[in-house]
Amino acid sequence: MTEMVDQVRVSATSEKVNARLQRRYAVEKRFRFYGIASIIIALTFLAILLISIVGRGYTAFVQTEVRLAINFDASVIDPSGGREKAVLSSADYAALVRDALTARFPEAANDRQARRDLFSLISQGADLELRKMVMNDPSVIGSTRDLWLPMAAAVDQLRKGHMSRDAEKGGQYTARQLGWIDSLEASGALAARFNKWLFTAGDSRQPELAGVWGAVVGSFYSLLVTVALSFPLGVATAIYLEEFASRNRWTDIIEVNINNLAAVPSIVFGLLGLEIFLNVFNLPRSAPFVGGLALTLVSLPTIIIASRVALKAVPPWIREAALGLGASRLQMVMHHVLPLAMPGILTGTIIGMARAVGESAPLLMIGMVAFIVDVPASPMDPSTALPVQIYLWAASPERAFVERTSAAIIVLLCFLAVMNATAIYLRKKFERRW
Amino acid sequence: MQFFILLVVLLVLTAVSFRMGHGRALQVGGPKARALHSLPNYYGYYVALWCAVPAVFLIALWLSCEPFILQAVVVDALPPEAKALPAAQLSLLMNEVRQLGASGNYRHASGDIAATAAEQYRNLRNLSFGAMAVITLSLAAAGCILGLRYIKPELRARNRVEGAVKVFLIASSTVAIFTTIGIVLSLLFESLRFFRMVPVSDFLFGLDWSPQMAMRSDQVGSSGAFGAVPLFAGTLLISLIAMVVAVPIGLLSAIYMAEYAHPNFRSTAKPLLEILAGIPTVVYGFFAVQTVAPFLRDAGAAIGLSVASESALATGVVMGIMIIPFISSLSDDVITAVPDSLRQGAYGLGATRSETIKQVIIPAALPGIIGGILLAVSRAIGETMIVVMAAGLSARLTANPFEAVTTVTVQIVTLLVGDQEFDSPKTLSAFALGLVLFLVTLALNVVALNVVRKYREKYD
Repeated sequence: MTEMVDQVRVSATSEKVNARLQRRYAVEKRFRFYGIASIIIALTFLAILLISIVGRGYTAFVQTEVRLAINFDASVIDPSGGREKAVLSSADYAALVRDALTARFPEAANDRQARRDLFSLISQGADLELRKMVMNDPSVIGSTRDLWLPMAAAVDQLRKGHMSRDAEKGGQYTARQLGWIDSLEASGALAARFNKWLFTAGDSRQPELAGVWGAVVGSFYSLLVTVALSFPLGVATAIYLEEFASRNRWTDIIEVNINNLAAVPSIVFGLLGLEIFLNVFNLPRSAPFVGGLALTLVSLPTIIIASRVALKAVPPWIREAALGLGASRLQMVMHHVLPLAMPGILTGTIIGMARAVGESAPLLMIGMVAFIVDVPASPMDPSTALPVQIYLWAASPERAFVERTSAAIIVLLCFLAVMNATAIYLRKKFERRW
Repeated sequence: MQFFILLVVLLVLTAVSFRMGHGRALQVGGPKARALHSLPNYYGYYVALWCAVPAVFLIALWLSCEPFILQAVVVDALPPEAKALPAAQLSLLMNEVRQLGASGNYRHASGDIAATAAEQYRNLRNLSFGAMAVITLSLAAAGCILGLRYIKPELRARNRVEGAVKVFLIASSTVAIFTTIGIVLSLLFESLRFFRMVPVSDFLFGLDWSPQMAMRSDQVGSSGAFGAVPLFAGTLLISLIAMVVAVPIGLLSAIYMAEYAHPNFRSTAKPLLEILAGIPTVVYGFFAVQTVAPFLRDAGAAIGLSVASESALATGVVMGIMIIPFISSLSDDVITAVPDSLRQGAYGLGATRSETIKQVIIPAALPGIIGGILLAVSRAIGETMIVVMAAGLSARLTANPFEAVTTVTVQIVTLLVGDQEFDSPKTLSAFALGLVLFLVTLALNVVALNVVRKYREKYD
């Protein structure tokens, strides 16, 4: 009898326990699900970000060009026949393009409105191309060549399907213009060719002629200055703090300072640059040199912290062995500790540089945000930087610039990927376990 | 370019002095250089230092003084009517002179005065550069000769060189301090000028922000309003939204990776998450404008909500995405730092994993997690590009996430990009905002670092 009561009681408790256990396991499962779900959400964001940018930008790597038979008419380019540079460079190359177009579509030749409509289909870059050809090789004058010339950005957008043919849905071409485009298309004279302007030109108001090269060169100069300053300064600071300084109030202050600078918003460094470099020292505005100085301040804490970690990772017996053999402290550091820590330091430096490449806020403050067509020839020339160029283009409403902004982002991300891959490779290759 | 050549010549001179010092040491060192105190190389470095260091210091000194002296000379030579100009116009004129002088093309000069002054400026600058080059190079040569004369076998060259290197190391480590001092001074200086025109209390507690000053005093709305509360509110609203997105996602991913995930999964998912941290903020800004904001606007329209196309929500969400890896990697660190004994103890008492996490690990890791969140908040407050591109400019005091708000960093950028006048409160107010931003992020960082440090001391 008592046994049965016990059994009933046991099964009652075990039922309760089991039910609770079920609940606890359900909670466990749910919690686990939340965890995996949040990782998936984060990765989905990453995927959406990359896909939306690549999806918008990949079309910018090709652009529509037209094949025209250009007659390099000597009477238009160089009536006097002297072939002087000044004459050749100021000749009316647009007339050559216009002649070729009217030869292709004779029906537009006599109507002013039609002519204007027809000529608006081709980019202004076409005459620049012709001029470049003639300047490089004056012997083309007098001949007729089949050339690929850039079309206007809107034609490009139309062909890529980003612009409607319908005027009510934002299309900007008339039926007649669409007819010409279709006729060129049908005769195989239109083709999407590699967009060389994107990689060789500076900024431009015409989307089809705008490129990132000026910004890339500006970024490169800034980065050069940043590396030249922040690497020696950062490594020297790390060596001093790790290998020489004794722990006292002074080094504590330095350390607190470095940690705080690492977390100061980058725009504050821009304010510092504006006030000290531009207002006090009168350095030129918009110069990559000044940008490099500002970025040095931004990346210095990262490099110092990474270098200290790398120096710390070198085991103490290396130091003791060197000192035991009679090396001075500096010889010990320079000959043994620093070479062993170098892979770690370089990795940290590259990561710091990658941060600096993508940084734009301090550059806005020192004026590297301007419409600059020319590719800078020195670090003192006005210039933009790649992320700032992205910011500038992002503000342009034209669809063609949206496409180019995305393409510039793809270029920037590729740079960053290469830099980070180098850093990872260095770390993997030289990583040592003591 | 000229300057670059000067540097290269100096570098060559230094290399030559190294060789000469090295050779001289071998010469005086007797057979096999036995008599030398240090290795021969150190004598080379010694002479090279004598050659390069004074020259470099001279160049630095020259370049930092040159602008002021040139300016003084050029202003002095200006005709009296130009000298009588008010300070602001005079500085404008001098700016023009400098630019014209640098380009060497006076066609675009605003007047004869500017053109002559520019010509004079250019000549003076060329003269100054020539003088600098000559003096620097002679100083380098003199240093080299002096260094060579010091070389004797008993010269403690290694100690001297090491002393110099150590001075360089110490000097480098002070750069961090000078940067901080520079930030504080430059922000404080301009802010004080601002607060002389606008009272501090108006700035900190005023509810109306419209910094656009009219140029003439009789224009309507000529007195700008500098009440920064709407900016602070906007910044907080966007940061709050960012935290609402980032904290749960970041924390839960960190927990999953630290406690549940298979090492293989962890080793692929973690770097992927960290890509999010490596993407430049300007890219996030573009993403917010092009993808997230239109999506939210359309989604809002579909359920009958009016969402502004520059809504705080879109900006905040994108900023939150950016901050996810920041929170997850910091939390991951503190969670893995919780000693295993605590975990094993909880399992031994029959707790499930989630119970262990919620009741043992999170409480133990809480200070570290809070520290990480504080650091993330400070990053959100100081974030610039996302808000500049995606948030609005209108300073509205609202808590509605579907409306457009503006932030402190947006205003700093709008006030300082383009024309600046360092005598108008409009430009100066940007520095006051910068000061507030700097102080707030500094306070957050100090608190966060202290919280984290206290926590670390408990277990290590």
